[in-house]
Amino acid sequence: MSNGTTASPSLPAKPANRSKDAAVSSVVEASSLVQGPNNIIAPTEMLGSQAIVRSLEELGVKDVFGLPGGAIMPTYDSLMDSTKINHILVRHEQGSGHAAQGYAMVTGEVGVCIATSGPGATNLVTSIADAHMDSVPMVAITGQVHSAFIGSDAFQEADIVGITMPITKHSFLVTKAEDIPRTLASAFHIASTGRPGPVLVDITKDAQQSKMTFSWPPKIDLPGYKTVVRGHNKQVREAAKLIAASSRPVFYVGGGVIKAHAAAELKEFAELVGAPVVTTLQARGAFPDSHELHVGMPGMHGSVSAVTALQQSDLLITLGARFDDRVTGVLHTFAPNAKVIHADIDPAEISKNRTADIPIVGSVKEIIPELTEACRTRFTEGGAPDLSAWWNTIGRLRETYPIGFTPTQDGLSAPQHVIQRIGELTGPDAVYVAGVGQHQMWAAQFIKYERPASWLNSGGLGTMGYSVPAAMGAKVGNPDRVVWAIDGDGCFQMTNQELATCVINNIPIKVAIINNSSLGMVRQWQTLFYDSRYSNTDLNTGAGTARVPDFVKLADAYGCVGLRCERDEDIDATIQQALAINDRPVVIDFVVSRDSMVWPMVPTGVSNDLIQIARGMTPEWEEED
Amino acid sequence: MARHTLSVLVEDVPGVLTRVASLFARRAFNIHSLAVGPTEINGISRITVVVDAEGDLLEQVTKQLNKLINVIKIVELMPEASVQRDHILVKVRADAATRLQVTQAADLFRASVVDVSTDSLIIEATGNAEKIHALLAVLEPFGIREIVQAGTLAVGRGSKSMSDRALRSVSA
Repeated sequence: MSNGTTASPSLPAKPANRSKDAAVSSVVEASSLVQGPNNIIAPTEMLGSQAIVRSLEELGVKDVFGLPGGAIMPTYDSLMDSTKINHILVRHEQGSGHAAQGYAMVTGEVGVCIATSGPGATNLVTSIADAHMDSVPMVAITGQVHSAFIGSDAFQEADIVGITMPITKHSFLVTKAEDIPRTLASAFHIASTGRPGPVLVDITKDAQQSKMTFSWPPKIDLPGYKTVVRGHNKQVREAAKLIAASSRPVFYVGGGVIKAHAAAELKEFAELVGAPVVTTLQARGAFPDSHELHVGMPGMHGSVSAVTALQQSDLLITLGARFDDRVTGVLHTFAPNAKVIHADIDPAEISKNRTADIPIVGSVKEIIPELTEACRTRFTEGGAPDLSAWWNTIGRLRETYPIGFTPTQDGLSAPQHVIQRIGELTGPDAVYVAGVGQHQMWAAQFIKYERPASWLNSGGLGTMGYSVPAAMGAKVGNPDRVVWAIDGDGCFQMTNQELATCVINNIPIKVAIINNSSLGMVRQWQTLFYDSRYSNTDLNTGAGTARVPDFVKLADAYGCVGLRCERDEDIDATIQQALAINDRPVVIDFVVSRDSMVWPMVPTGVSNDLIQIARGMTPEWEEED
Repeated sequence: MARHTLSVLVEDVPGVLTRVASLFARRAFNIHSLAVGPTEINGISRITVVVDAEGDLLEQVTKQLNKLINVIKIVELMPEASVQRDHILVKVRADAATRLQVTQAADLFRASVVDVSTDSLIIEATGNAEKIHALLAVLEPFGIREIVQAGTLAVGRGSKSMSDRALRSVSA
């Protein structure tokens, strides 16, 4: 069941008001770079703190997540007067960051989080790092001590600009009130254009308290910031030539396709070429799972068909992906016979890990249609490549080795089954948000994704605790969709305080705790690689333990509906019960077996060719035709 | 590992040097020398950085540097196509008996004596790295008390200006 609408929530990125030349001029009309409606505001006297709020309003911000403290109090005072901005008070700053991420992922807008100086700011660090690794457009606003006290170890002082330098796309320290509008407009521009990412704006208390003259739109002046959007024509033609000549091409699709809102373009391109499509962990939903060209997720826990398609390919058509080590395995053994077309908006990703034969820098939103046209032209002239032999190989693997699981031995439910039923009973219109670990991999494997931005997870940083706050942010961004937090018992205990935020602010998310009473992924590695020595992975939350905490009681204490499901025959009814409750959050304690493992798996340190479908079992490779 | 000289045009804003330097540090590149100063354009500074690095890694760092919002342009200056100068102050032991020898040595390298005391001299020299090395080798036997060296300065030969195209827009 889903109450969601079928329309894609992902708004197209702001139209790029910029020249179409590859080398984009840095001189641009001041107003054109400023996000939002660009209302003309005549010079008006106000306080810096009011300018922060007003700038956010003019930038089109509707929802922000945060928690006040001393150095940001002036801004919170001004925020009280805003009728346009809905501020959601979180219970921990990390939650505000992940909520902003979830919000950004489902809306395509910049997510905003606010914290005070010192510990407030340092609590944001994990979510900022997470947004940086997964290229999520986010602006974090932090209060800073009075500019006269900076560097004096003042109360609640931390050099948050210094701390976050390596994990932000950019950061600003604002010490003068008059710099606030321009800085915030620049921050939103940087966060949302090019390869998206987090931008920190640290604003001193005196800047917030000083008088200034506000006018809008400000002039953004970033001479060192250039983004190439369109692909290079010659490279596009060369790529089409390689595609036409390839007999084993694969579309290696990454999260960039979702960020660029290019799923429709990808579908047209893939159908024209007819090659197998793999979607990485960050790209699940960029291409419909139900599509006949889709062969699964690649990587450490990818499907045999997806991993093998990459390994045996002669051409990787890489779109918005970055050859992450979880995808490639041992790098020099990855897709050893493949040429590489690599399209990405970030030039630094090209040939970072795998040398590209045809690098194309630009937005995949622009490049994919260009490639489609170039291929169409070439196919019309010289015919489309014959991929039937290639499909014989990959099709056989897809049929022979579907993602599956074995029944448990201990009488407890199989976690995979629980997750699969959540997906089947809820449907593709919902948003699924995972934490990190086994449940995350199972949620990536066993839920069918049909649309972009329906799957959120912490891929790059692997942040346990991402799920509940990110689901909260996603629900605020997409209130009409069912939002499931698929969480683990370990992850859930890191950030479940945001259930209070959800209850108080009427954000009815559904939390499925896949409770195997342990830090499951670490335990799986201990089973496989550490001789089953279970060092510090037992959490005592599940079957036959002291159940600390009791998740049902905890849910109840927060004012959520708490449910527990311990038997296979109750799974469907419990999920249905949760789907029927929409006036408050629901937390389900799914008590599952701790011995279930994530398969397939490519052990670390070996080639993807050594993928195992179960412990010690490798697929049977057929002789090549 | 080969030695590379990079010229980096940056916005003159607080923190820019940290951002640039930390990218080198993260990849464990040793910065051999660093020079920062204003340019002919107001608000734009130029960083000259000399690093020891493999070509592929350097390309990656260059790309990462280009991603920094405050970095405007990066050029690698090849020794054959650029003028590169080091600048050094050396305090050398020199009493009445050796003073003449030391000043003669300085003269040979077209270095200047900028301070004299009863038992020492300060010599100022400018030149490429080889010349500075040779000068130091000659002064060594007299007893070197202190060396202060500035970062290498480098500029491309010919009439072209690094900032011309990159910055036309900024000053406009």
